[in-house]
Amino acid sequence: MSATMLEVDRVALKVGERWLCCEFGMRLAGGECLALLGPNGAGKTTLLNTIAGLRQPSVGEIRIEGRALAHWDSLALARCRGVLCQHQGDHFSSSVLQTVLVGRHPHLGRWGWEGEADESLARAALREVGLEGFEARDVLTLSGGERQRVAIATLLTQAPRLFLLDEPSNHLDLHFQIAMLDLFRRRADEGCGVVMVLHDVNLAARYADHVILLDGRGGVKAGPRDAILREDLLSDAFGHGLRRFDCDGRMVFLPE
Amino acid sequence: MRSPRAASALPGRTLLVLAGLVLVGVASVLVALVSGEMRIAPVAVIGALSGTLSGIESDVIRHLRLPRAVAVFVCGGLLAMAGALMQVLLRNPLADPYVLGISGGAAVGALAAMMFGLAPWLVDASAFAGALAAMLLVFGLAHGDGSWTQTRLLLTGVIVAAGCGAVITLMLSLAPDTRLRSMLFWLMGDASGASNPWPAAVALLTGLIVVLPFARDLNVLARGEATALSLGVRVQRLRYVLYVVASLLTAVAVTLIGSVGFVGLVVPHLVRFVIGNDQRLLLPAAMLAGGTLLTLADTAARTVIAPTQLPVGVLTALIGVPVFLFLLSRTRKVG
Repeated sequence: MSATMLEVDRVALKVGERWLCCEFGMRLAGGECLALLGPNGAGKTTLLNTIAGLRQPSVGEIRIEGRALAHWDSLALARCRGVLCQHQGDHFSSSVLQTVLVGRHPHLGRWGWEGEADESLARAALREVGLEGFEARDVLTLSGGERQRVAIATLLTQAPRLFLLDEPSNHLDLHFQIAMLDLFRRRADEGCGVVMVLHDVNLAARYADHVILLDGRGGVKAGPRDAILREDLLSDAFGHGLRRFDCDGRMVFLPE
Repeated sequence: MRSPRAASALPGRTLLVLAGLVLVGVASVLVALVSGEMRIAPVAVIGALSGTLSGIESDVIRHLRLPRAVAVFVCGGLLAMAGALMQVLLRNPLADPYVLGISGGAAVGALAAMMFGLAPWLVDASAFAGALAAMLLVFGLAHGDGSWTQTRLLLTGVIVAAGCGAVITLMLSLAPDTRLRSMLFWLMGDASGASNPWPAAVALLTGLIVVLPFARDLNVLARGEATALSLGVRVQRLRYVLYVVASLLTAVAVTLIGSVGFVGLVVPHLVRFVIGNDQRLLLPAAMLAGGTLLTLADTAARTVIAPTQLPVGVLTALIGVPVFLFLLSRTRKVG
């Protein structure tokens, strides 16, 4: 068992007057992948942002590598955990390579400039997401799926140990959905921690070791994949019947 | 348009570009010193500046042309840098130094002082006080409960600017005819009254020194607030710094030569088209380019139909609008 990357300690979230989730806890070790599932508006992004330290939990504490988020220096935290945000709004033109190099920010000192090593990291990341040859393109001219992959490449260039992904498969076609999630799964297999918000139960079934299921009414189920991805729990959370099929040793859920 | 450069700006290239811009800037000031109703040879300019020449030519250069040339150069730099900062702060390419009502507040202050026929230094003091008042008002209203978003800041600023516009119109309609012309010139931006540009020059350099250490943070902030936060940028503190510095730079510029338009909006974009959006290069480059352009515009404003002097703001608009539209139309073809 490798070291604990992330601990969620009796955390509860409240937005306005509404409780998104009641107290729950869970821990994620390096090498593991956690999926956050739930219907629209259930608070998946809010929970991910809380884990990332972008907002405070209403109750409880989040610890990354054993240290409470409040005790992290913001740049040190940015070297340890990276976040893939949902909206990539670019208003100013900039080359793809320059955009991806932004991921090096926490690794450079106040007066530091990106050097050869940073640039080769960025180029390798672009290769990994299938954007080789796009280095000089203007980000404003890219399609939604290409922008999503630029954001993923930026995150890879940041090179964190804990990846927090808000809908990594957004805007991606089938091929790249699998390719990108495979990529993060490989990172997990190399010892990183991965947390991802997913919409697709079947992607969660394919990639996750652990699942947190929010039902949108304050209920939370957290645990190993097979304990959570059950017909009854999923049907209840999503408010729509789901049936499980087993096929070639993999489980597949289909809506009724 | 040229494709954006692949690699980020390298330190060496940055220094080269900036050195080039410094040379062009110095040249623009020399052109301003040479040009005018009285023909003065470049050699005489150098003589007057180094103190080896005396007489009327030397007086014209040292007491008339040099303060004015420095004033417009500094103001161009102030406005261009403030514009670049505002565009990042609001994450809006259409932002300019005046969008948050700073120039409106300054204009209300200046015009009120002019209406009552106060001394020029009181007009300046009143303009600066008006700018500060607008800055604090917008900050107070937008900050409110602590959750100041870009949209809220922008809306508050636009509304305060609109309110100032109404007061300005009211004052113009009530002002005596004898003072109306100078009030209108102030509104369009007029450098003829600028006699002591040196405090503004100090403000410009101070502003640059304050923001340059944050330049890479600004690159990250331009990618979005959530991204910046997740990359370890202390967004809230950075916003305060940006807002205060951009507002003060604008206030100083407007106090010195009035609300000259378009420099603050157009110059950052012009520079961005050519050298990309790396703030470490963009901020000092925009400062130098803004200074150069405004110096040339002001030189043209006082020589084109001499002895009549045009307000420099009219020229910056007449030059800036077509240049900008041209660049914009070339950019779209790439996309």
